[in-house]
Amino acid sequence: MKLAMPRITFWRVIFAAIMLSGVAASYVRITAGLAGSTNLSDEFPWGIWVGFDVLCGVGLAAGGFTLAAIVHIFNLEEYKPVVRPAILTAFLGYMLVVVALMFDLGRPWRIWHPLIMWNPRSVMFEVGWCVTLYTTVLFLEFFPLVLERFKLTRAHKVLKGVMPLIIVAGVILSTLHQSSLGSLYLIMKGKLHPLWYTPLMPLMFYISAIAVGLGMTIFESWHSAKAFGRQLEWPLIQKLSRMLAVVLSLYVVMRLFDVTQRGAWGYLEQPGWESKLFMLEMAMFIVPALLLFREKTRQNPTGLYLTVVVFLLGFVTNRLNVSLTGMEASSGVTYIPKWTEVAVTFSIIAAGFAIFRLAAQHLPVFEAAGHETPAAGGGSRAGLAAVNATGD
Amino acid sequence: MARAILYDSVLCVGCRQCEGTCSERWKLPYDEKIAAEEKTSAHKLTAVRTHGERFSRKLCMHCLDPACVSVCPVAAFKKTEAGPVVYLEDRCMGCRYCMTACPFQVPSYTWSEILAPKVTKCDMCSDRLKEPTRCSEVCPTESTITGEREELIAKARERIKESPGSYYPAIYGIEEAGGTSVLMLSAAPFDQIGFSKSIPKENLPQTTWAALQHIPNIVVSGSALMGGIYWLNNRKEEVARAEGEGGEGVKS
Repeated sequence: MKLAMPRITFWRVIFAAIMLSGVAASYVRITAGLAGSTNLSDEFPWGIWVGFDVLCGVGLAAGGFTLAAIVHIFNLEEYKPVVRPAILTAFLGYMLVVVALMFDLGRPWRIWHPLIMWNPRSVMFEVGWCVTLYTTVLFLEFFPLVLERFKLTRAHKVLKGVMPLIIVAGVILSTLHQSSLGSLYLIMKGKLHPLWYTPLMPLMFYISAIAVGLGMTIFESWHSAKAFGRQLEWPLIQKLSRMLAVVLSLYVVMRLFDVTQRGAWGYLEQPGWESKLFMLEMAMFIVPALLLFREKTRQNPTGLYLTVVVFLLGFVTNRLNVSLTGMEASSGVTYIPKWTEVAVTFSIIAAGFAIFRLAAQHLPVFEAAGHETPAAGGGSRAGLAAVNATGD
Repeated sequence: MARAILYDSVLCVGCRQCEGTCSERWKLPYDEKIAAEEKTSAHKLTAVRTHGERFSRKLCMHCLDPACVSVCPVAAFKKTEAGPVVYLEDRCMGCRYCMTACPFQVPSYTWSEILAPKVTKCDMCSDRLKEPTRCSEVCPTESTITGEREELIAKARERIKESPGSYYPAIYGIEEAGGTSVLMLSAAPFDQIGFSKSIPKENLPQTTWAALQHIPNIVVSGSALMGGIYWLNNRKEEVARAEGEGGEGVKS
């Protein structure tokens, strides 16, 4: 084993810059508190650390339970090649959400308080419990990879025996907290803008999480194919994209129906950012939904990839609209994140890419690729080339 | 005996003595500069606001079924039987859900505190329940008074009836957010003296409960459904395997 100086590439420089800014921002957070490191205020107490890092982070990690249900409960074995990367992403995603929470909480060392100081009427209490339990479930779902890697066959067998229970628990826990992230906003009646406030928020958050779980799986497969020079599981991806088309359309129809039913279309005529960002969000759901129904889009890898990316960005826009855009008018202030908030957020995303890359290199994540565990000894070009792939 | 406060904007002369005594109770600094800040914050738990010739007070409304109490994941807020909504700092981890959820935008945060940031808000002088609140005590015009909620509502109605010319005919706090322990009277519509018109008239924790109550159902029927599907699929496979093994038939 020789340690070689990693080659300097454009994306590695960007990655290093992001991580450095994150270190600087962490220093500011620790030494200057929330006042010094955020633009939050009494009027606007939740910023991008909640709106992006938590709401989007948990959502984008939904592939873990979506694929686990498809493969292990509905027994659609053909999807097996993509279930492991999905669970890995989910596990990483939840760990990173916890990291983000450590930045956002006023007293992060009390993060365990909800486990012993109960308030069953609180959605946040329920989310706290579900996320804790589900992160444990994800660890157990992910652990066989580690056991396999170190050839611990007996432990592997034992864990496999109880896996069905773990999988079912994972799907239930995900159903609960993915929808509950929407329920968090139910109490903000009169505060959250009517273009987004609906009693159906829990259901909307849940269905869009399933869609984004499918979308993220396609996104990952495409990237890992590029990064590791593997073959894209193309027939699988096409099938997943057909599933995505159905779930996404269901979501869009429900959303349109809901806005109509509540008579909220009139708010589009009011001046302000709300109507523009609502239109943008809707377009980023509707256009991909329509494109995914076209045979032509689904047959073109690049076209399909770009369509999915637009939808994923639409999902992020939706969560940011609920947590930021929709809350601004009633708050009476304008919130623009401080550089430190942005730096922490970007560092968390970059760390996610890097850790995924490392895990994929050293653990049998892509099992169906013929069990050649890619670079078991760290042979292939090490480093952070996953970030490379995003450049395409 | 549940304590309540009635604030009558018509009687208020804007002397700000309520602010001063409140700051003293919390050991917060109070000077002319702070007096001029017309909003509540971590260093000013009640604020007198000027609207032309009229005044209004901002303080915690002490809802009957408070949003902050229901949303707090660690039960750091409590609606006491005596009336006040109190904050238990030792439990708080600083998620600030109480702040986003409060319909009246009341709780403040000590943002610049590094090691022990906390939520601050009026606690209706829960430390001395036998005497009236400090702000009632110092008020020279009796525009703020302490009493029983029902008794204060009756008193407020009487005032409106006696001089209908001076009062806007409504009491703020009877229905707002499902009812509050702090009640307001005004000469003008309440939105003209700084009170939001968009406060829902319903009990807010109920909006959340409408979703949360389904959890046991989701857990039970979800597990049964998925367990069933899993069992069926596995059974199918077993049958197929057994049949494939040479027509021995399926035992059991």
